[in-house]
Amino acid sequence: MAQVSSIADEQAPNPLSASKSVLLRISRFNPEFDESNKFMEFSVPYQKWTTVLEAILDVKKHFDHSVAVRYSCRQATCGSCGMLINGKPRLACFTKISELDSDVVTVEPMNNFPVIRDLAVKFERLFDTHQKIKPYLIRDDTELESDQREFLQSPQELENFIQFANCIKCGLCNSACPTMTTDSSFVGPQALAQAYRYVADSRDKGKDTRLDIIDESHGIWRCHFAGSCSQVCPKGVDPAMGIQFLRGYLLGFRS
Amino acid sequence: MKESTIMKIHYGTALASVGLVAVHILMRLTTGFADSLSYENVLANYQSIPYVVMLELILILLAVHGFNGLRVILLELKQGRVYEKAVSYGCVVAMIVLIGYGSRTIIMTNMGMV
Repeated sequence: MAQVSSIADEQAPNPLSASKSVLLRISRFNPEFDESNKFMEFSVPYQKWTTVLEAILDVKKHFDHSVAVRYSCRQATCGSCGMLINGKPRLACFTKISELDSDVVTVEPMNNFPVIRDLAVKFERLFDTHQKIKPYLIRDDTELESDQREFLQSPQELENFIQFANCIKCGLCNSACPTMTTDSSFVGPQALAQAYRYVADSRDKGKDTRLDIIDESHGIWRCHFAGSCSQVCPKGVDPAMGIQFLRGYLLGFRS
Repeated sequence: MKESTIMKIHYGTALASVGLVAVHILMRLTTGFADSLSYENVLANYQSIPYVVMLELILILLAVHGFNGLRVILLELKQGRVYEKAVSYGCVVAMIVLIGYGSRTIIMTNMGMV
């Protein structure tokens, strides 16, 4: 059962008030009490710069403070506010309502993540798989001597992995991955992209260790190259490309 | 066995199968389609040792590729230690049984026992 409320009607008019409003449909689900999710609907005023996160926070502030949503930086840096917006995994703080080109905005929790409540999901699996691929430089001489300087890299060496270092662990790629939906043990595009990030780093000496970790029955070979992970990444990381490069190492095409 | 080794075999058997099946189809085209499938002609094919070797290779390649593909599909469908072991060993056993039965047919036909 949908409930429609209008924040625009409740607020006093002011010179900056928006002329447009959008119907915001928020998925509500508490696994402790509910068997399935239901949608609550709110009419929310917006301007051309209003983001979906701001609209959700408007709802929390003015109508229903019990809506559960995770957010922090509001500038696509922390990776907290990933959710399905009109069916596509996006960051709520990075998605303007005006860019959606729709009178209805539906927000749901990300796929392939257990729901804590409403729009907030558990990240344990993502963090576990991220940790599994050893996301740090591995080398024998990690501790620098007093007369040594930091490990230098050429711009070309940096270029090999820099886009993969932009990952903010928001989980959108894992949410979009079709293999993650059926294979609960799959390591996932986020962790695989980070495995490539360190394998391609000239300062790192842990290539063989990481390749061994991802070369298992639920590892890199379960990727079917749908490419949806790369399409949804808000930071321009291309996990699908990283996965193909890693396969190149495992098949002997790269060294 | 490492998954990368298994997948190398998987890709290799796919490529080799395409080549050999193409040769197989081309050889079927040396006669008319109906003649090619007549009982006597089919039996006669098994008297040529090179052709029999090729059929045996196709059988092995397709069995290895097919059952590994089935294993991958089943592993993605459901997870669990017991289930995964059952799927992996089950596919290997099924592959060996199919190759054994097919080889038996090829050998018996070659020896004129059919």
